[in-house]
Amino acid sequence: MHIQESSYREPLIIGRKDYKQITDDVCKGVEGKPNKYWYIAFTISFLGLLWYIGCVSYTIGRGIGTWGLNRTVDWAWDITNFVWWVGIGHAGTLISAILLLFRQKWRLSINRSAEAMTIFAVICAAMFPIIHMGRPWLFLWVFPLPNQFGSLWVNFNSPLLWDVFAISTYFTVSLVFWYVGLIPDFATIRDRAITPMRKKIYRALSFGWSGKAKDWARFEEVSLVLAGLATPLVLSVHTIVSMDFATSVIPGWHTTIFPPYFVAGAIFSGFAMVLTLLIIMRKVMSLESYITIKHIEYMNIIIIVTGSIVGVAYLTELFISWYSGVEYEQYAFINRATGPYWWAYWSMMTCNVVTPQLFWFRGIRTNLTATFIISIFVNIGMWFERFVIIVTSIHRDYLPANWSMFHPTFVDIGIYVGSIGLFFTCFLLFARFFPVIAQSELKTIVKSSADHHKSNH
Amino acid sequence: MNTIDLKKIKTISIILAAIGMVSIIIGFLTDVQREWASLLFNNFFFFAIALAAAFFVAVQYVSNSGWSIVIQRVPEAIGTYLPVALVLMAIIILGGMHSIYHWSHHDLYDPNSEHYDPIIAGKQAFLNLPFFIIRMVVYMAGWLGLFYLIRKNSIAADFAPLGDNTLYKKNFRLSAIFIVFFAVTSSASSWDWLMSIDTHWFSTLFGWYIFSGMFVSSLVVITLTVLYLKSKGALPSVNDSHIHDLGKFVFAFSIFWTYLWVSQFLLYWYANIPEEITYYQERFQNFKTPLLIMLAINFVMPVLILMTRAAKQNAKILMILGAILLIGHWVDLYLLVMPGIMGNEASVGIHEIGSFFFFAGAFLFVVFNNMSKVSLEIKNHPYIEESVHHHS
Repeated sequence: MHIQESSYREPLIIGRKDYKQITDDVCKGVEGKPNKYWYIAFTISFLGLLWYIGCVSYTIGRGIGTWGLNRTVDWAWDITNFVWWVGIGHAGTLISAILLLFRQKWRLSINRSAEAMTIFAVICAAMFPIIHMGRPWLFLWVFPLPNQFGSLWVNFNSPLLWDVFAISTYFTVSLVFWYVGLIPDFATIRDRAITPMRKKIYRALSFGWSGKAKDWARFEEVSLVLAGLATPLVLSVHTIVSMDFATSVIPGWHTTIFPPYFVAGAIFSGFAMVLTLLIIMRKVMSLESYITIKHIEYMNIIIIVTGSIVGVAYLTELFISWYSGVEYEQYAFINRATGPYWWAYWSMMTCNVVTPQLFWFRGIRTNLTATFIISIFVNIGMWFERFVIIVTSIHRDYLPANWSMFHPTFVDIGIYVGSIGLFFTCFLLFARFFPVIAQSELKTIVKSSADHHKSNH
Repeated sequence: MNTIDLKKIKTISIILAAIGMVSIIIGFLTDVQREWASLLFNNFFFFAIALAAAFFVAVQYVSNSGWSIVIQRVPEAIGTYLPVALVLMAIIILGGMHSIYHWSHHDLYDPNSEHYDPIIAGKQAFLNLPFFIIRMVVYMAGWLGLFYLIRKNSIAADFAPLGDNTLYKKNFRLSAIFIVFFAVTSSASSWDWLMSIDTHWFSTLFGWYIFSGMFVSSLVVITLTVLYLKSKGALPSVNDSHIHDLGKFVFAFSIFWTYLWVSQFLLYWYANIPEEITYYQERFQNFKTPLLIMLAINFVMPVLILMTRAAKQNAKILMILGAILLIGHWVDLYLLVMPGIMGNEASVGIHEIGSFFFFAGAFLFVVFNNMSKVSLEIKNHPYIEESVHHHS
């Protein structure tokens, strides 16, 4: 099918690439030897992962008392990190499902790595509730399993249980979606393999893909069904996460805007992380022809849109807390902005509301260094957002005698920083062994959107 | 427009407006408060359709949409009802102030009065007449000014040399400004005009909820108008794929509307805090049937009926479902406004339906009259070819 594309649109593949060159460029990462940057990055990440394993083991061995939680602040970094990682895990599915529905072709260069990032981020996220259980070997009890303990049964009224379903569904669908997309690309690597070992591994991974028309027809059918399933999931996961807080009666948590505002914030943080990763990846793996400045600009526009939605939500919450006339609501917000955690609140405001607005300037949103710095700001800001919502809302409750602060221990810090190590270890292994661009899908837009085909029009 | 019988449409709309006018007069003679309340929500219904149509146009620009260019003149025309809607809104709000808005009574703020209400008095910095009017003027000036320029440029581009994109680029910028302005003012105006009716009650999600409802109504009206014009042969470039896309929009945003309705309701139901749940308590006690029917229409019907591709391309299905959806969103607005003003005395009669006729007549007249003055086909747009050859 020939798709008419306006010459006004900028090309999405540059460098006059033909099909063969695309295959070569994408497979190079898998077939060649990694350069020294990969080894340096992997070593650092792996050390982070070891630190993570150490702190998690210590927590499991000694108990949750090793964390900085106290009777007033009984939920802090653990849930902050959980929500932060789940949020980051939103970009992949947004790109592969929602941008597919909106026919955004630029998603094809970035969907593979964004989906990989989603899966690793959800793994990082899911670890936090599990280790917070204290006895993680019993984690299967979060599911409604028949058992011989009489009344032991999950509470279907609890949003924490809804979370179990929402996140496990999301993880499963994302994983299947990602893997189905990988199959034809694995087959390409299999067919090009020159060493028997590589041939064997990628043959197993590609599930006997033959490239026949029948295979493609099934492939497309499955992709369409999965996209349909994944679209509501983009909204449902963070909606349920927001309800962990919003169904309560705690001022600062109980507010109706939370579901859509959490979803917008999740997409915001997810894209920030995609930018952070891809700006480095395109450089290290020489993928500048596929992940162009235009791609970066499009993602930056998503950052402005979602960042502004989040900004409007902050202001709405602030205004309605005053307008409500509820003394406790009002105090919760005054305490956020001017209480002992003012620095967290204003870090959040600066990073999430002010810095993304710089992308209104074309010069900034097409500048890689500026984009990279702002993406880091957003990553930090979105961590602070969850910290502000969680800790500042509970550290001063109705009884002033209970007022308290939260002080993270080395275990809290170790698990958080270590989870970043886990994430990057996974991502670097992905970048080493998997095709990082969905090359067979990307080839479908060469005739409409590659630079040399566009100039022929 | 040659194939459209403009005279017939104008006659019908004048008859509708005349019937409406008569019933408005009768309404004022029988129950002044009820008539003001009916005028408010009926006018808001059509105002919302016009405003969201303007928003739709702006979104097409900033998202570099290609598919929608051949139908863009339709939402542009619907947006031209905005000035009329806003003038009427100002008249209704200022004229019916004391009937509609409980907070506009001065004795609520006087500590010595027996009607003194400390909660409402606490909101005085926001809910006072001068600031209320200033805000109204700001919203109106922004929406009207920006949309006027966008439509003007879009029409002027037809006469610019082919391939000249200066006006397109201008509209891109104006649309971005419009969307930013709209993001803040669509919420703020819904707090002012709708949420403040139930003066004690508050919800942070309210503004976005109102937006989702207005967007669905507007998408339905855009779809219905496109189908009507296409059936008369006035939009030769519109094919099944365009209709399919409009159907997808109606389907998706109906679900989005439900998502926001449920989010707001579920969180208040779950927490069960008295000052929050009263809002729903009142509506569930006195308006249970219309409320449940409204939910069935606005959620269940589009989900079940528009699920398949064939249904989204079927003009007959879209026409019938669209008309029902408009009723559903009309009932939604009714339930947002009337219980707060009339309490359990609210019902549906000559006041509510009569004023609907009046605004429907005015809306049809203005939209089709303005539509007839310009070409329905955009001639100079960087993505026009993509739209003409659109195939999803």
